[in-house]
Amino acid sequence: MLGLNKKDTSLLLIVVVLTLFAPFILNPFPEGSAMAQFNAGYPDLMQRFVIFGIFAIGFNILFGLTGYLSFGHAAFLGIGSYGAVWMFKILGMNVLPAIVLAVIVAGLFAVVIGYVSLRRSGIYFSILTLAFAQMMFALAYSVLTPITGGETGLQLTLNDPRILGASQTAGGNIPVPSLFGMEMRSSTDLEIAGWVFTFNVGYYFSALIMILAFYLSIRIFRSPFGMMLRAIKSNQNRLSYTGLNPRPYTLAAFVISGMYAGLAGGLMASMDPLAGAERMQWTASGEVVLMTILGGTGTLIGPVLGAGFIKYFENIFSKINDNILHQWFAFLPDGLEDFVVFIIHPFIGKGWHLTLGILFMLVVIFLPGGLVEGGQRIRKAIKGKKADDTETAKTEPAE
Amino acid sequence: MSILEVKDVGKRFGGLQALSDVNLSVKENSVHAIIGPNGAGKSTLLNCLVGKLIPDTGSVMFDGQSVLGRSPYEINQMGISRVFQTPEIFGELSVMENMMIPCFAKRDGAFRMHAIENMMDEKDIVERAEHMLEEMNMADKRDMHAAAMSRGDKRRLEIGMCLAQEPRLLLLDEPTAGMARADTNNTIDLLKQISDERDITIAIIEHDMHVVFSLANRITVLAQGTPLVEDDPENIRGNPKVREAYLGETA
Repeated sequence: MLGLNKKDTSLLLIVVVLTLFAPFILNPFPEGSAMAQFNAGYPDLMQRFVIFGIFAIGFNILFGLTGYLSFGHAAFLGIGSYGAVWMFKILGMNVLPAIVLAVIVAGLFAVVIGYVSLRRSGIYFSILTLAFAQMMFALAYSVLTPITGGETGLQLTLNDPRILGASQTAGGNIPVPSLFGMEMRSSTDLEIAGWVFTFNVGYYFSALIMILAFYLSIRIFRSPFGMMLRAIKSNQNRLSYTGLNPRPYTLAAFVISGMYAGLAGGLMASMDPLAGAERMQWTASGEVVLMTILGGTGTLIGPVLGAGFIKYFENIFSKINDNILHQWFAFLPDGLEDFVVFIIHPFIGKGWHLTLGILFMLVVIFLPGGLVEGGQRIRKAIKGKKADDTETAKTEPAE
Repeated sequence: MSILEVKDVGKRFGGLQALSDVNLSVKENSVHAIIGPNGAGKSTLLNCLVGKLIPDTGSVMFDGQSVLGRSPYEINQMGISRVFQTPEIFGELSVMENMMIPCFAKRDGAFRMHAIENMMDEKDIVERAEHMLEEMNMADKRDMHAAAMSRGDKRRLEIGMCLAQEPRLLLLDEPTAGMARADTNNTIDLLKQISDERDITIAIIEHDMHVVFSLANRITVLAQGTPLVEDDPENIRGNPKVREAYLGETA
């Protein structure tokens, strides 16, 4: 189907089902129950899942296939956001032109940054991309304040021209991003016996784009171009001596992944129309590296899983505080309760990074292939037992 | 007619004159061996031919065109393929994919952006790669990880990948180094068969005299960066200069 083989088609279908039914899947606990804080099915977080999923899918095309570890990909995310907000300011609040511009501008920057950085490989490439990203951050934060809004970030105002739309709504407010009249922030709630499921326009718009981005990445993985990229990772020397020029291949991969990042940045701005320099900081670049490695470098679905995993932790674990812990452990005797809370305290709230760090280390040490490898091992363990059974069953009659 | 002309090539690394006044002419469809003791400059010379090094002086002409200053991939596209001392293949890719890459390079040149097509839909490439695998007797290893194969098979695959490009000149850098006797003999047979059946010139750098004398029909002896003699194998065998270069003056 769609030019994919059976396995890839089913993978795509899984992603489609997961994203379309995410409002249900991510809200397994009824509203008001003690576990409700583990629900992740609210629009803000779901949007982040898919947007960072796009970011990581794109990053994986560069890092997973060619092995070139870019440490400055957040720069393209930020550029995409700025591009989109400028489109909202000048043209109007429709998200489509904003996203198109975000992708194009990020792609142009990627051509320049990639052309220079790809003159080196390995750690030097990583450092060059990091240097570029930090320069972009510094530019956005201070030097280019008229364009980027500097410290406060780029925001919409009532005086923006918006040639194709209105500067203000009838009520005198700043208009919100929309797709041909459908406001990105508008949601419908569905209440079923205590459960509340929220369907958000912005989420479904982003989800559709992520499905397209995922589909495109499958096609790239299975194409001759994708094979050349894997060949670069495997043995660049042999590739050169086989008459192929690695430079344009790596540059194309770099630009494609930069455009994915720009797309994610544009979507971010479409969900919440402001852009700030902190989006380009090196920690943001590092985050996408973590997502990709955690999920499974070079696998198709890994980056999406990694992005979801990290964003879930960031938003859910960081919200647990001592009061909630005390509620959970209220059944324990007072002294013990305080002790348990004291032990868990560093791992929650602002300490969620600690939890994530430990999980990341565990994954890298025990599952170098990331969450995907974990899934494969579980499946093998289940299938292996079955296969053994059938094998013995088969061989028995022969003997 | 000579296909490769090396004229007055010299190369210096700091205080070491690795090559000086190297003149060499490889005839079309011959098997030309370059031998010499350790440090004679064989590998330096080879690297000058494939674009890895640029000689300080002299010229290298392949089929009437200079190769100097060109990148390895450009020289390869001119028709020179190289087999390395330790087999250089794409270890993480399948054997079939390894074979498809040179087929793509042959058809599409140094770069082509075909990012949406499925590679298995490229019927001519798939057919050609499968044909080459069969010719190399590796059809049964089609879906194996290339890194998982034995050294002899890796060497076979590497030679097959070079042949898939239909090069006019095949350069081999000690193709049997570190191989067991049986594997060495298999490689000799394979190279013999290649040179008999194909319209191809082979230049081989080798330590192992057994390999050299089984294959070559022309031999250049290199010593201390300069060619000592260039002659037919029969004459090389008895040449006192060659014995001296290999065994030292006292011999």
